[in-house]
Amino acid sequence: MKPSTAGWMFAAPALTVIGVFFGLPVLAALALSLTDFDIYSLAHIENLRFVGFDNYLNLLRNPLFWKALGNTLYFVVVGVPLSIAVSLGAALLLNSKLGAFKPFFRTAFFAPVVTTVVAVAVIWRYLLHTRYGLINWGLSALGIDPVDWLGDPHWAMPSIILFAVWKNFGYNMIIFLAGLQAIPEDLYEAARIDGASASRQFRHITLPILGPVLLMVSILTLAGYFQLFAEPYVMTQGGPLQSTVSVLYLMYEEGFKWWNLGNASAVAFLLFVLMTATTSALMWLARRKGIE
Amino acid sequence: MRRLFALIALALLATLLGSCSGRGDGRTVVKFWAMGFEGEMVQRLIPEFERRHPDIRVQVQQLPITSAHEKLLTAFAGDSLPDVCAIGNTWVSEFALLDALQPLDARVAATASLRAQDYFPGAWDTGVIDGRVYAVPWYVETRLPYYRRDLLLKAGIAQPPKTWDEWKTAMAAIKREVGPDRYAALFPLNEPEPLLNLGIQADEPLLRDGGRYGNFRSPGFKRALAFYREAFERQWAPLASNTQIANVWNEFGRGYFSFYVNGPWNIAEFKKRLPAELQDTWMTMPLPGEHGPGASVAGGASFVLFRGSQRQDAAWKLIAYLSEPQTQIRFHGFTGNLPPRRESWSAPALVADPYARAFRDQLERARPAPKVPEWERIAMEIKLVGEQLANGRLTVDQAAEELDRRADRILEKRRWMLDHAAKPAAAAGEGA
Repeated sequence: MKPSTAGWMFAAPALTVIGVFFGLPVLAALALSLTDFDIYSLAHIENLRFVGFDNYLNLLRNPLFWKALGNTLYFVVVGVPLSIAVSLGAALLLNSKLGAFKPFFRTAFFAPVVTTVVAVAVIWRYLLHTRYGLINWGLSALGIDPVDWLGDPHWAMPSIILFAVWKNFGYNMIIFLAGLQAIPEDLYEAARIDGASASRQFRHITLPILGPVLLMVSILTLAGYFQLFAEPYVMTQGGPLQSTVSVLYLMYEEGFKWWNLGNASAVAFLLFVLMTATTSALMWLARRKGIE
Repeated sequence: MRRLFALIALALLATLLGSCSGRGDGRTVVKFWAMGFEGEMVQRLIPEFERRHPDIRVQVQQLPITSAHEKLLTAFAGDSLPDVCAIGNTWVSEFALLDALQPLDARVAATASLRAQDYFPGAWDTGVIDGRVYAVPWYVETRLPYYRRDLLLKAGIAQPPKTWDEWKTAMAAIKREVGPDRYAALFPLNEPEPLLNLGIQADEPLLRDGGRYGNFRSPGFKRALAFYREAFERQWAPLASNTQIANVWNEFGRGYFSFYVNGPWNIAEFKKRLPAELQDTWMTMPLPGEHGPGASVAGGASFVLFRGSQRQDAAWKLIAYLSEPQTQIRFHGFTGNLPPRRESWSAPALVADPYARAFRDQLERARPAPKVPEWERIAMEIKLVGEQLANGRLTVDQAAEELDRRADRILEKRRWMLDHAAKPAAAAGEGA
């Protein structure tokens, strides 16, 4: 047996599994997105029409799709930098020599990541309640009028972002912490001897060395945040006035609530294209700057 | 690898055990799916049925309401539907269209205990598609206002309103009485029902041309939209959804709103959740209409027999048993669900219940929602457009047009199908 054949044979089981459970469904979904598969087609296959790119064109003409896209981009543009900043800040605090009770805080910050969204959403809904919520109560102590966090279309998405950042920052924090601990201490020592301030140490030592970690975290967070679904699903059901409908939420409703699987597949592929483009742009930028 | 073997062994064992339990004792096994709390409670009625029919065993499976529809469709696609099921009565048209349901006309006619005329007409009609009976109502629900008698009296309203004009007067008076921080009514923005119940009172149907197009630009529906908008514009109702109001029952008790349009299950909730000193202050009333007590949507669940079932005779016996007035009265005792037959309503428990009286009255006027598979989706658009209307983003005319536009888009496939199906028939007609 040739070595190459042996290699293929070892890889074959895994490749088969990937092909059957990943490749095939993706291809089927692509085919589905070119048809108007729905509940009628489920009844009689003659009711299935091949519509070509009509699903895509109709989506691009559908104001709700653009609204969902806008909401998702809002979430990504505000949420991703905020989330990264918060996780980096928390990681720096946990890494600093001044901190106390570090294992406790590490666990406490990581706890939201492992709890389920639904359970914490219930608590957050109480915190954000217009009349009885803790947050408005705190604001009222400062003399600020109560805000209808989840009921006002202007505040609903910021509330969701706040919730999502709180829920997720612990994950990135752990990655950053590992990155920070890998930076050799003597670099800082040398910088201190040269008289560098804490902020210059951060800019010229910590950030550059963390570069690759930062890139990876950005891509992971970006990919995750583009798939915003659970938060609006449990907190607001896409409301008020559809201000928290995300692309994935739209896909869920189209596909699993209304059984328009053709349309839902088209949404999925548009989101896929968008995410690929954004991630590639980020990679290209990073490569130009020499990080990787 | 050892873990994998253990898993396989476990799976095999589970399959074996599964097949053992299905083997049974020679009795016919009827598989019955029911949703939610009802699915739990109906099990208490089964022993009596099995005593009367020793040759039949009933296997009840309880479905969670929120995923029942998906589960049924999946079961249909996978050819694993049960023998009999209680489904939401707005789903009947969808499953009839899928050709999953067995027509029941002959069985209904042959069953003396099940008299169609005894059912509330709106409820019975929900199971009739194109003149054939596909479903038998199990329980019905319709929505009407719960109101605070004491707050109405305080505002100078002695009698619950019967018409829209009286209702408006009452809401204005209450709003004056309670001030800017409280409201006269709650129409939750995350539900289509409050607006839909006003709209279904119109003389014109909600969809036209056999469900081919939306008919929301009809004068009647526009008047409903105008009423709805006015209630928010004048701040009689808060711009809020159910989820924002943490505890609807508490808020009702605190007088945050005086009218709350909701379903019969809340009778039990209010009895349980309101403090004793408030128990005398609330009551139910028929939904006001434009000119006197109005119509509303007949919701609820209905029994269906699936076409693929091998045990339809036994399954039908179960439906007949559960539809008997005596059984329905017992079921009402367990769940508070309202029976769909007039005969059941003569039971002392229902006659003596003052809160049920308005429902009894309104059930005579309840109408089925349009019987097209797309209806749930159109109802969702009613909710969304209603929300924009309430927020003042749309005028009444714009909302009506927007609803028609959305409904027409949703119904596009249906139009194509109906025309598609009509063509071969027309060709055959020409040939003959």
